[in-house]
Amino acid sequence: MRALESILIDKGYVDPAALDEIIDTYQHDVGPRNGARVVARAWTDPAYLERLLADATAAIAELGYGGRQGEHMVVVENTDTTHHVVVCTLCSCYPWPVLGLPPAWYKSPAYRSRVVIDPRGVLAEFGTVLDPEVEVRVWDSTAELRYLVIPRRPAGTEDWTEEQLADLVTRNSMIGTEVLAPVAAPTVGIRDHADGGGGAS
Amino acid sequence: MNGPQDLGGQMGFGPVAPEPETDEPIFHEPWEARALALTLTAGALGHWNIDVSRHARESLPPAVYYGSSYYEIWTRGLERLLVDAGLVGDDELASGSALHPAAATARPPLAAAQVRPSLAAGSPYTRPTSTPPRFGAGQRVRTINDHPTGHTRLPRYARGVEGTVERVHGCFVFPDTNAGGDPDPQWCYTVTFAASDLWGRSADPRSTVSIDAFEPYLVPAS
Repeated sequence: MRALESILIDKGYVDPAALDEIIDTYQHDVGPRNGARVVARAWTDPAYLERLLADATAAIAELGYGGRQGEHMVVVENTDTTHHVVVCTLCSCYPWPVLGLPPAWYKSPAYRSRVVIDPRGVLAEFGTVLDPEVEVRVWDSTAELRYLVIPRRPAGTEDWTEEQLADLVTRNSMIGTEVLAPVAAPTVGIRDHADGGGGAS
Repeated sequence: MNGPQDLGGQMGFGPVAPEPETDEPIFHEPWEARALALTLTAGALGHWNIDVSRHARESLPPAVYYGSSYYEIWTRGLERLLVDAGLVGDDELASGSALHPAAATARPPLAAAQVRPSLAAGSPYTRPTSTPPRFGAGQRVRTINDHPTGHTRLPRYARGVEGTVERVHGCFVFPDTNAGGDPDPQWCYTVTFAASDLWGRSADPRSTVSIDAFEPYLVPAS
């Protein structure tokens, strides 16, 4: 890698500062916190959810996210009867602007080969066991559409703020390999009942 | 092509071993970050498109593909693309140093200041068309049974199978021809299959698989 890099730099094809800028972007700026904000907005604003489901690219752009590997977005929403999970069996297509670069397991032959034929078995390897009655829908990203899952909002978060909700959304729940656990009764630090602050959120 | 990349439904790769999400680094080794960045900056020179680069990776011999980590596959693919474009010589790759003058590039090298704007802009793959879509949402279709030796995005597990058009997405660059440099835009549809139609009696009874299929992959269901 070092040799290839130095060949390309020596020949003037590549600006080393541009390499650093790309790495910095995906290491520090573009990652699953973006998707978590989309999900939290969808949970708290029904009109936003509607726009997301109708035209995800435009609705995600409202929050300032878009671009490479997220040019054409589709959002699918988990319900109590349907669970969505996303894969790219042919390579590693993934919605970079909202989730960042894909985790290693997403790119692995084990995941890519099996989630289409044995989705429940794969989900179990993530500790996710669905009710047998729940339909599992697998989305294989074979073209230039990129998929984001809206996980179910955990019970116990009814009066949480959008910011608090975004903090509990995991990357894997937005790929569909994880279900967000119910939240235990609120404690001081999340919502301070002594101040009566809970009612304000 | 029926290459090593076409993994859906293959067996023997073992369980998925996810790292805990909160502990997983973006890059596991510093060179992986360089591989990603080199691939993006070299791509910006304008000598190949996304389908050409996918085809370069899937054209690796299966033993090499399966024996390589993800970013090793990217690096081997990038080396092939650079040589095929005449930007780097095999002798340079072998020696690990630049031996020849630089070739003229289709576009100037990506400057650091252009990185964030160009990533934020992306490159949309939709194209205008005057042809109406052949299929509509709700329509039953069958995928073709075809085994092209070149690039295709119709996975083997979904060939010759009946499904339902779920969504019409618009007209997109067609990967099968774009890998040869001809975008030949085609309508793209989400097609949903019952798991039992893909996998037979071993299928999960309450599961579906959807792919995004280009119009040439589809015929009306009989």
